[in-house]
Amino acid sequence: MLIVALSVLLITAIIALELYLHSHLSIEKFGWAFLSRSTWDPVMEEFGALPFLYGTLVTSAIALLIAIPVGLGVAIFLSELAPRRLSDPITFLVELLAAIPSVIYGLIGIFVLVPWMRNVLEPILGTTLGFLPIFQGAPYGVGMLTAGIVLAIMVVPFIVSVSREILLAVPRSQREAILSLGATRWEMVWIAVLPYARSGILGSIFLALARALGETMAVTMVIGNRPEVRASLFEPGYTMASVIANEFTEATSDLYLSALIEIGLVLFAVTIVVNALARLFIYSLSTKRGAVRT
Amino acid sequence: MSKPIFEISQLHAWFGEVHVLKGISLSVAPREVTALIGPSGCGKSTFIRCLNRLHEVIPGARVAGEIRLDGGPIYGPGIDPAVIRRRVGMVFQKPNPFPTMSVYDNVAAGLRLNGMRKRNVLDERVERALKQAALWDEVKDALHKSGMSLSGGQQQRLCIARALAVDPEVLLLDEPTSALDPIATGRIEELLRELRESYTIVIVTHNMQQAARISDKTGFFLLGELVEFDITSKMFTNPKDSRTEDYITGRFG
Amino acid sequence: MNTTIPLHRRLTNIVMLSLTGLFTLLTLGILFFILGYITYHGITALDRDFFTKLPKPVGEAGGGMANAILGTIKLLALASLIGIPIGFFGGVYLSEYGKETTIGFLVRFAADLLNGFPSIVMGIFAYILIVLPMKHFSTLAGGFALGIMMIPIALRSTEEFLTLVPASIREAALALGLPEWKMVTFVVIPTAFRGIMTGVMLNIARVAGETAPLLFTAFSNRFWSKGLLEPTASLPVMIYTYAIAPYEDWHRQAWAAGMVLLMLVLVANLIARLVLHRRFFQPGAS
Repeated sequence: MLIVALSVLLITAIIALELYLHSHLSIEKFGWAFLSRSTWDPVMEEFGALPFLYGTLVTSAIALLIAIPVGLGVAIFLSELAPRRLSDPITFLVELLAAIPSVIYGLIGIFVLVPWMRNVLEPILGTTLGFLPIFQGAPYGVGMLTAGIVLAIMVVPFIVSVSREILLAVPRSQREAILSLGATRWEMVWIAVLPYARSGILGSIFLALARALGETMAVTMVIGNRPEVRASLFEPGYTMASVIANEFTEATSDLYLSALIEIGLVLFAVTIVVNALARLFIYSLSTKRGAVRT
Repeated sequence: MSKPIFEISQLHAWFGEVHVLKGISLSVAPREVTALIGPSGCGKSTFIRCLNRLHEVIPGARVAGEIRLDGGPIYGPGIDPAVIRRRVGMVFQKPNPFPTMSVYDNVAAGLRLNGMRKRNVLDERVERALKQAALWDEVKDALHKSGMSLSGGQQQRLCIARALAVDPEVLLLDEPTSALDPIATGRIEELLRELRESYTIVIVTHNMQQAARISDKTGFFLLGELVEFDITSKMFTNPKDSRTEDYITGRFG
Repeated sequence: MNTTIPLHRRLTNIVMLSLTGLFTLLTLGILFFILGYITYHGITALDRDFFTKLPKPVGEAGGGMANAILGTIKLLALASLIGIPIGFFGGVYLSEYGKETTIGFLVRFAADLLNGFPSIVMGIFAYILIVLPMKHFSTLAGGFALGIMMIPIALRSTEEFLTLVPASIREAALALGLPEWKMVTFVVIPTAFRGIMTGVMLNIARVAGETAPLLFTAFSNRFWSKGLLEPTASLPVMIYTYAIAPYEDWHRQAWAAGMVLLMLVLVANLIARLVLHRRFFQPGAS
């Protein structure tokens, strides 16, 4: 039994090792410049990961920009406003969003969201905020904004779930302290509850980020899959996970494959760091001020 | 006899179906310390939490009866509880400074809530409150430090300063020293004696000697009822009700 | 003496609190929209052929996903064979012998790490380990990738449910003279059985929807896949392939498959919720 438990450690280590070993062709050829070059030319065997880093970062940033206020808002509603017998079933429903497979989000993304973006949202943004470079250009429908929105929906439940538990764990005495000074309900949340819960909430955001970074199918199906760095969010883009998904089976040369695996390695490393930070923030709260389950 | 600051008549309170306060009537005189004693669970805390409308925050909690603050009712349609809570301050059993705020910000919290922004006005009010709470000398060079860096007794005085900063008409204290050591307790009792000159104080305590030491009037609660309410010296030397006498002489509780 | 808070504070209060309610409605609305839309398009697309026929040649309408359904079943069975025993026994170890030990901490930490790896990375791992040496795609590789993904969840959930068994039950067993291993095997585990089974069910439901790790391990197959060493079709990969293709009929079938997958996941989650009163699983974290 001990052996079985240890095998978990072993597996984790081996995965890291294998990823590194099989990227070594690409690492040797391109070195650190791999991360700053933006050429992705399988024919000429010139590979640079910048477009994918850019796409991953931008789509994740959009996702967080939307998911944080919405997720926190829902968490506040469920912890402060809703009575318990309403809060529990609603929490279950919100968490169902996290159980829906990514490919199904992609399905809805392609056939519902993309047309809506192309015909409704992107034209609106283009006419009202078109002076901003991020909202310029033709509304394709597929693109980084669309991918960001799908990601936002997918990561909201993570923020809601963890933040709600954290908010519920804020001691009653804190709320009473600010209330007794004459605060409104919202002021109580804003001044006393949220700051108290801030490291846990930050942890939930990192968890959401980690999920967004590694998300593959839904993003691949709506991002347009073009390896270029562009300013406008309407433009198609490409993420690290997407390029691996799309091109892995097409990789014709060892270097090509190695470059893709190296992208996998980068994705892997970034996700570990973000996850570790998430645990740190959530864990630090639970040790200091009372148990919070993750 | 000056006009009472709090007039409570026939106050009932419930937690769901449980009837915890049964028809309490009493008057709190201004600029006095009124102590409420009685065994645990007899409703003293619930009572003062009705005075600043904190009782109703708990789901399922209810009140009935009338409470008047300075002549005006505190319950009623159109009366925002937050306004009452600003006029009636509270200090809790376990010191609860806001951990993410500095000493200064803790004291200023109530002031900022009410829209005070100017730095010099805030500085002055914070200093005044900390002096009133007998904490100023100990923290004046470390105002920016976290509220949690203080000792238990200091944290409680910080909470008192925080409550006083908004200039309440009454200060309620719910067993403020039960979590503190004897020395810290003594300092706070001394502080309350001083504060009596400017504030009306209602204190719940499970420590009879404390009530005898610092209060002008005392009320004895038992099982949700106010058994006796009298001038402290009279109650402790010559209680009118046998239950009061039993409690004071230690036969129960 | 005024009796109300200044207007701007009251307004802020109402607006912000209402916003939170609005966001909640929005989120729930999105959930119900997704469920409704897929159910509608899926039900109209489902027919007997879907469950019984093989895919038609590219471009021809009709056919079904019988091979994908079987493929998914085979993959899940293989994955469970790999992931559940390791996760289960690891969980037993953690809860009975590894409560406060360093090894226990390390194993939990590794499990959390493993759980956080992007699923496509698992696919790469299985590719390196199995597809490369074998020089072709296989059900084995796909099942392996999914199996590894099942380990951390099985581990944490087993540990949790075992930990929930009260000390009094353990003590009663020991007091009867049972040796520790018997107490664990015949008393503790059976008590936690319901929870553990529910965990297994949710685990399977989760990996059933995973697509990325299969893209270059099990790959796909327009025909039946024999045994474990051939590439195989699977529901999620079919959904992906059909959805991005230009054929209307394929889109229709993608909806059908999407609905089947979604129903599977939903039913598993609902059953879990009914069986357990609390939610034991947080998204992403274990």
